[in-house]
Amino acid sequence: MTKRVSVVENILSANDRLAADNRARLDEARVFAINLMASPGAGKTSLITRTVEALRERWRIGVVDGDLASTLDADRVAALGVPTVQINTGGNCHLDAVMLRTALPQLPLGELDLLIVENVGNLVCPASFKLGVHKDVLIASVPEGDDKPYKYPPMYRGVDALILNKIDVLDAFDFDVDYFRRGVEVLNPGLAFFPLSCKTGEGLEAWLNWVEDQIRSFRG
Amino acid sequence: MAEGSVVHELPVTQSLLEIALRHAEAAGAKRIVQLNLVIGQFSSIVDDSVQFYWDIISRGTIAEGARLHFERTPGQLRCVACGEVFSIDGEDYVCPACGSTQVVVVSGDDFRLDSIEVE
Repeated sequence: MTKRVSVVENILSANDRLAADNRARLDEARVFAINLMASPGAGKTSLITRTVEALRERWRIGVVDGDLASTLDADRVAALGVPTVQINTGGNCHLDAVMLRTALPQLPLGELDLLIVENVGNLVCPASFKLGVHKDVLIASVPEGDDKPYKYPPMYRGVDALILNKIDVLDAFDFDVDYFRRGVEVLNPGLAFFPLSCKTGEGLEAWLNWVEDQIRSFRG
Repeated sequence: MAEGSVVHELPVTQSLLEIALRHAEAAGAKRIVQLNLVIGQFSSIVDDSVQFYWDIISRGTIAEGARLHFERTPGQLRCVACGEVFSIDGEDYVCPACGSTQVVVVSGDDFRLDSIEVE
């Protein structure tokens, strides 16, 4: 005799609970945290480098770097002289709340204003796993093509800001910015959008202003 | 669905097992025979891959051999201009009835274990 038991629970509820713990920890330390997600090669590490260089005089910044195996990205960031923790995911395709929880005690949270988490380069998996940060940010880049909001909708659904990197090469690619933005607008109406180039610096200021506004409003 | 989407099914399946066992225990069940999942098209989960991991990790638990029933809710859009509701096709978000690009998402985000069937 079988009977049906109602559950109605998000499938990743355990991760969600741990993400909430991470958030509480960050809130208590008054550290504003962002999670950067993107395909491999979209420019996550370049954006972190640019952001740290521009804001380090005004804000105390730390970085958590998720990578499959190497320490290449973490080495680039650590060279900037800010506290950096590397998380090797051991082949896992995304960071999850447990990994961030393990990384947090390795950072001097009491001495930070901003924490930047660099997720594993992947346009699918990180969308499902909340980390507990305050804002999720997606970096798209021109060479990837303008159809990504149509092919990878989950990633575009859940983020709080979108960067379009490498706009310096727009002329070399058939990238229709209007088509791209139209898809984004359907999936995530009103999403903050920052077209920029980490290489030339064009458009960076709007992004940096957004980050600083977020830190200020978080800290009250 | 997309490249790279096979790997995260393992943690998803582990979470699923944890939730199912917890609810089964609370209900005093001896065996779990079926899990009823509701997964929207905007959630990137491959059914076969979850089933593959499930068969391995459920061994030795009261959920061993349980069926996974996937109810797939389509990613659907609604045209603001004419009210037409249509499914996403992976290429564009344009209303097939009137050609408007003023469309909003109405379904496809589900990602939950709805119920379990137990003995």
